[in-house]
Amino acid sequence: MAPNSVNGVTHEEDVDGEIDYSDIEAKYKVQYDEGLDNILVVDGVPIIDKSKLDKLLARISKEFARKGAPVKTEDMFVPWNDSTGKSNGCVPSVLNMLLLRSLACTIDRYIFVEFKNAEDAAYAMATMHGHPFDAKHTLFVNRFTDVEKFANLDENWTEPEAEPYKPKEHLRAWLGDALGRDQYAMYRGEDVEVHWHGKPSQCEVAHKRTGWTDLYVSWSPVGTYLATLHRPGVRLWGGPSWESQQRFAHPLVKLIDFSPNENYLVTWSHDPIVVPEGMPQGPQYFSPEDEGNNIAVWDIKTGNLLRTFPSALPEGEDGAKRQMQWPALKWSADDQFVGRVTPGQQISVYELPSMRLNDKKSIKIDGVVDFEWCPHGDKDKEDAEKAIAAEVANQPARVSVINFPSRAILRQKNLFNVTECKLYWQNQGDFLCVKVDRHTKTKKSIFCNLEIFRVREKDFPIEVVELKDAVTDFSWEPKGERFAIISSNDPNLGNPGPGVTIKTDVSFYQLVRAKGDFKLLRTLPGRTSNTIRWSPRGRHVVLATVGSSSKSELEFWDLDFNLDEMRREGPNQSKEEWGVSIQHLGTADHYALTDAEWDPSGRYLATSASAWRHTLENGYAIWDFRGQELEKQILDRFKQLLWRPRPQTLLTKEQQRQIRRNLKEYSKQFEEEDAAEESNVSAELVALRKRLVDEWNAWRLRCKEEVAEELKKGGKKVEIIPEQPKEEDKEEIEVWIDEVIEQVEEEVVDEAPILLLQLADHAFGGYMTDLTTTSSI
Amino acid sequence: MELFGLSIWIVRAFSLNFQIFERNNHANVLFCDPLWHRSTLHNFIFSDWTTAYISPATSRFLVSGSADNTMRLWDIQTGKCLYRWEFPTAVKRVTFSEDDDQVVCVTEQRMGHQGAIRVFDINRDGDGTDQSKEPLSFFNPTGSKAVVCAFAHIPSLILTGHESGKVALFDAKTGEEVLCNERAHLDVVTDLQMSTDRTYFITSSKDKTARIYDTRTLMVIKTFQTETPLNSAALAPNKPYILLGGGQDAMSVTTTSLRQGKFETRFWHKIFEEEVGRVKGHFGPVNTIAVSPKGDCYASGGEDGFVRVHHFDESYFRAKPYGDLEIEE
Repeated sequence: MAPNSVNGVTHEEDVDGEIDYSDIEAKYKVQYDEGLDNILVVDGVPIIDKSKLDKLLARISKEFARKGAPVKTEDMFVPWNDSTGKSNGCVPSVLNMLLLRSLACTIDRYIFVEFKNAEDAAYAMATMHGHPFDAKHTLFVNRFTDVEKFANLDENWTEPEAEPYKPKEHLRAWLGDALGRDQYAMYRGEDVEVHWHGKPSQCEVAHKRTGWTDLYVSWSPVGTYLATLHRPGVRLWGGPSWESQQRFAHPLVKLIDFSPNENYLVTWSHDPIVVPEGMPQGPQYFSPEDEGNNIAVWDIKTGNLLRTFPSALPEGEDGAKRQMQWPALKWSADDQFVGRVTPGQQISVYELPSMRLNDKKSIKIDGVVDFEWCPHGDKDKEDAEKAIAAEVANQPARVSVINFPSRAILRQKNLFNVTECKLYWQNQGDFLCVKVDRHTKTKKSIFCNLEIFRVREKDFPIEVVELKDAVTDFSWEPKGERFAIISSNDPNLGNPGPGVTIKTDVSFYQLVRAKGDFKLLRTLPGRTSNTIRWSPRGRHVVLATVGSSSKSELEFWDLDFNLDEMRREGPNQSKEEWGVSIQHLGTADHYALTDAEWDPSGRYLATSASAWRHTLENGYAIWDFRGQELEKQILDRFKQLLWRPRPQTLLTKEQQRQIRRNLKEYSKQFEEEDAAEESNVSAELVALRKRLVDEWNAWRLRCKEEVAEELKKGGKKVEIIPEQPKEEDKEEIEVWIDEVIEQVEEEVVDEAPILLLQLADHAFGGYMTDLTTTSSI
Repeated sequence: MELFGLSIWIVRAFSLNFQIFERNNHANVLFCDPLWHRSTLHNFIFSDWTTAYISPATSRFLVSGSADNTMRLWDIQTGKCLYRWEFPTAVKRVTFSEDDDQVVCVTEQRMGHQGAIRVFDINRDGDGTDQSKEPLSFFNPTGSKAVVCAFAHIPSLILTGHESGKVALFDAKTGEEVLCNERAHLDVVTDLQMSTDRTYFITSSKDKTARIYDTRTLMVIKTFQTETPLNSAALAPNKPYILLGGGQDAMSVTTTSLRQGKFETRFWHKIFEEEVGRVKGHFGPVNTIAVSPKGDCYASGGEDGFVRVHHFDESYFRAKPYGDLEIEE
């Protein structure tokens, strides 16, 4: 058990920015057999005479065998005390420690037992330690090597030195950027780069590391941490110098999910947790109770493991296992609760940070399929009730809105002929849309109903929007009263094939305040778009055709194009013209894009073509909200681009309004900055170019001189070529090709014969045909 | 036939792909003069062309190399074959020296024969049929095989590009390696074209870059990083541009769409290392590009079997996208 590393591999990877795995590796280091690990010392054996030895050994052997650790009597060694003729009764000093440790009961004797290997020995030790041998004797089992280890322990306790306090870097320092830029993380090949993104001149790499992650990277929900995934687990990074902030030892982790306020982290690995012998113990590590589970919940600040769960795989109708849902645990908006659905049975809600089951019981709902927490709106009070919308797949299907923690059912609706249901909360929790895919009686075709719950109103009025087509995507406008859907009646829907692009229609709906229901704003027919991306600030929306090999269009729309006008004219005017303020801003194309994501400010859109999906023109592009391309990078092995999210603004409503009112003042300042910068940049560029040209010209001159010298030395005929007459003697060449096409001689009786000659002149470039008629008498 | 007295330049593009496409043994050499918008075609009946070069000083001869293991000298005016050299393996590349006195050729490494570089004297007296059979010098470069070659700034040196990405200078007489840059490129050097005074040259490579080197030191002067394997690179005379051509490998062409095959001819600024423009047209990889010595037009040959001749617009000569800069040739 001595900690010297037999494998002889020293890990000093902590050089220049390499990730330091040494501690993790030390933790998982294979412990090599030192030859004595399979020997145990069994204490507490009765003192006997030699004559009774066989009997005793047989008895011990039997006791061991009963516990599943068989041992042969030949493998036991009994040291004898010659002076008494009895087996050694006096306790060697090395064992003192052990005795004290093991309750210091009357030790009579010890024997050595040899096992086949260390594992068997470990098992025997675990099961036989403290085993009552008979009324008087209790067995104490220890490793032979431990005896030595504990004997050599330094008995003087020294107080551990208090670590000097090191102030941590501010984790939200990036928000204090003087230029007000956003960041994005880019993962390409082995490199992870964090970029600043602003005006073209302000874009720069903030941080770059090779081999920062093994799988992918992920931002925490408000951007404080960057998570990287490795074989041993997850690491979080943050602060201006990107120091490691926390790590979670979950071997072979594949998926992670943060709680909305970044207090907790959920990790998932396909491989069930195993706790090998010799794993470090502690609140940050798995313990044997966690074995076999797949999901782990961690506290981010302390790094402690809170609880583990097995992954619940919902079974499909035909018994086949469906894909696991992720996130498997759903967080309430304030991190107070986390819920987990056991399909078909119940929703279990756990309190944090204890991770105990709330009210000591789950919410039992037969046939429950899925649920969603109501998001927190800006308007909500601190202790606002938390609503859960749950979906039940019995016949008839049912959607319920449940208050939590009171568990009262606030509203329920039964639905018929349902194939599938999906729940969409508007991000402020004002509306809940249940997208119901329904089948006709014959179950041949599918159409869609949208059941919209207006959660802020009394009794949750429900409105139904009936559609004839299947809806493939639904998306609420963030903080808005509008939503967009993509519907399709394409026969190819559901049979994706190579080269098949599904025709879709895109529709926008808006809440009519007066009536309180949703009305169609506009439908854009005959599109191929399959993805809706609302700007995080609402108003702007991008429709993208993602994942198609033939179409890759991006459409940029503004839903409040006449907003400024409407404000001027007053609110009365606007009601009359329904849907006129929708304006198409631009169309763009990013070949074979796989993702589209708005930056947190809603000013820029990033589209990317990831090498995880295909290898055609991998790279990314950044567009402004009008669809103008600002940046395009084609990069081999490009994998991922993620905008760094921002936390909620600290400004009050009033301050925000103030800024909006004085926008013109502010923009003046920015415009000036832009103009100054533009001239700066061009000056810099001109200087750079001048330098390059000067360098080139100097080199050319040197070259010419030296070559002339060399030639002279070589004794070759040297013609210092007089600056080649660039104006080559201009030769004017006119070529006339006369082609006789036809020659006709005609005898005219009364007049002289006329010779008709047709000549075709072919001049440069084209055919200029002249017809010349010559008449001769 | 005064036509031939004008500046004549060959589209080196007449290479393998053309024949594969046309399935005949006629190599058409396109004589093209900017004044003469109609191009004249002249047939050289000869099979398996791989490479050809017109004598630059007199424009009297054409030397061609072929996969039938021969190198031939042709009279441009008559299209007659003047002389025929035979080698044990295919000819990869032939080039005239600046003064038409010499020809250098690279032969393939195959069937137990080492890749070889041979230099021949060209006898211009008489009708040109009286050539020496034996090379002036003959040597086998060791290491990675040579694929392209040219005469350096002094005719006693021969510049070679190799399969490993190496660029080297050899003594034409002794065959000794005078200088080499092992890591010039990371992949096969696909083309090597000299500047007018041969003091620098441009190379293209499958490693997606083109580079300008100093002939005497083999030091990199400029690097042009593209996103596609390159097959050819040419220097535009009188203008600070270079032309690059390439595209997906021939074997993967059928499985890639036109738009992402990157079959355009790219124009880059020679000094700022920035792309300035692209010319579309080919629907297969561009195999070779050549600019006329006067710099008023260029031709490209593609895997699609087309040779495209583009005349530069008036604006090409007038435009100064980077302002008024005096740039030495």
